[in-house]
Amino acid sequence: MKTALTILRRIASAVPSLVGVVVVTFLLARALPGDPAAYYAGSSATPESIASIRAHLGLDRPLPAQFVDYVVRLFNGDLGMSVSSGKPVAEDLTTRLPASIELTGMALVFALVIGLPLGVIAATRPGRMADHVCRLIVTVGAAFPTFFVALMLMFVFYYKLGIAPEPLGRLSDIYYSLPPPVTGLLLVDTLIAGDLPAFVGALAQLALPSISLGLFALAPIARMTRAAMLTALSSDYCRTARAMGLSSGRIVFGYALRNALLPIVNVLGMVFSFLLGANVLVEQVFAWPGIGAYAVNAVIASDYAAVQGFVLMMAILYVLLNLAVDLIATAIDPRVRYDG
Amino acid sequence: MAEPAAASPATSAATASAPASLWADLRHVALGNGLTVLALVILALIVVLGLIGPAIAPWDPLASNASLTLKPPSLPHPFGTDALGRDILTRVIVAARLDLGMAFGAVVLSFALGTALGAVSGYVGGLTDQIVGRVMDTIMAFPLFVLAMGIVAALGNSVGNIVIATAIINLPFYVRFARAEVNVRRDQTYVEAARMGGNGPTRILVVHIVPNILPAMMVQASLNLGWAILNAAGLSFIGLGVRPPTPEWGIMVSEGASYIFSGEWWTFTFPGMALVTAVFCFNLVGDGLRDIIDPRRRT
Repeated sequence: MKTALTILRRIASAVPSLVGVVVVTFLLARALPGDPAAYYAGSSATPESIASIRAHLGLDRPLPAQFVDYVVRLFNGDLGMSVSSGKPVAEDLTTRLPASIELTGMALVFALVIGLPLGVIAATRPGRMADHVCRLIVTVGAAFPTFFVALMLMFVFYYKLGIAPEPLGRLSDIYYSLPPPVTGLLLVDTLIAGDLPAFVGALAQLALPSISLGLFALAPIARMTRAAMLTALSSDYCRTARAMGLSSGRIVFGYALRNALLPIVNVLGMVFSFLLGANVLVEQVFAWPGIGAYAVNAVIASDYAAVQGFVLMMAILYVLLNLAVDLIATAIDPRVRYDG
Repeated sequence: MAEPAAASPATSAATASAPASLWADLRHVALGNGLTVLALVILALIVVLGLIGPAIAPWDPLASNASLTLKPPSLPHPFGTDALGRDILTRVIVAARLDLGMAFGAVVLSFALGTALGAVSGYVGGLTDQIVGRVMDTIMAFPLFVLAMGIVAALGNSVGNIVIATAIINLPFYVRFARAEVNVRRDQTYVEAARMGGNGPTRILVVHIVPNILPAMMVQASLNLGWAILNAAGLSFIGLGVRPPTPEWGIMVSEGASYIFSGEWWTFTFPGMALVTAVFCFNLVGDGLRDIIDPRRRT
């Protein structure tokens, strides 16, 4: 009962963030240079036609009224029309979202699979080889811009070694028959269709982009794992466990890691902020057909409705991910669960 | 560190070192960590390049030469030439001023504004504190690079707006840090004494409290610089702010990227390595500075 209440309270605490996000995206749109009405009216517009478009768009109404209007349209899933694609922004974003989710998800998996063990090994052998490797990766990983790493990986693995497939977006429909879209995630869809070669192809396309993106998230995860594990291993309860003669595996994984998980999960919120931002750069480099590359084109083409929709969608995604992180933290830490 | 170091006010409450031990501290850190000293030297070099770069660059950064396009590194052109036959070494050197300038500008802006906002909301508390806190929470509710893109798109595509966008997404870290640092000092005895002496709140903040939190804030700023460089370069990599033919590391990497499929690696590698070197040195020096001023936050 109390747990359910805590969870409900956590969910409710995401509401102010969502409201703030909507207000800021609205204000960003209002801060646009120039007059959107003049922009839509085109070059041959007369003052009268601009005025009529302004009235049509509701731009002549007071700001609060426009805001209510904006919120009502949001609830109807209306993000406006994209000038460059000629389609509703909401439609553009939803068709492209799975590609971004697949990329970001793979990057996170990569970062966790490498970062967690690295941090654990570094913490159990402080001052030894693994610790230095960990520190090197953390320091160097934090200094390399994602887009540069992506280009270097592409150069080495595609151009020099020829191992990686052509880095031009997702699975090519020239070589593979694309699976019927069920989830939009190609890794899942190809498995549903039972098409193993296409699954391998999709994975190969995903490898370099997700590694470039994941390397960026690796540093904070490894650093936090190392620090949290060091704290846990030097604690009284670990000393007691050691004194009782428990095996070191039991101490590291059963006691220390279990307790170190909370700070590690908490750092994931920040990691998601990185991933969603760097995602834009990686998509741009690999011509990945996700929402990041879409947004870059929209910004360059001054396609404001598309940019606004993208920022809003990313922010909502981020708020929800943070909520998920909070809920996971609640699940793994009894102190958080019974707190208040 | 790629991220602005998280504020940990409690551990850094007592930060100001006595000047007498500062040199001892400096020597201790320098002896214990040669890498930090090396980073400091390289950093000084990069800053000097930023200041006098255009004067000492061997070629004209904008002069194209049709007979010299995409030449690999050679003696007269150690970093090779780009698609328009421009010398890449020259462009990398000249770009230092813009890249460092954007990062410094952004950090100074968020430092000044963040310290002021955080100090006032930490000292006054109440409604002001809540409003400032809410606004900062809202900024933090966005993935920061995405928010920066949105801000540049809204304000207009210019270098100045890249600086503003980078400053805005950094602001919450400074505000929270300053707020927490002021909050723990608000009721300390020396502040009480100043209050008893008849000083007004403005004078107490400016003369008695803020000077005490400045060292810790400077550490924040120096740890933040590398991140600001990455952020500004990322924005110009996707085509925001800086326009060709202006030399800037991010945009040079982006221009060089088109030649990856024909193997002209030098076009993107050297500007990219310039970025990495600068960020790496800023991070190391920031860490070293933190070790001197705030030893308890060493990791």
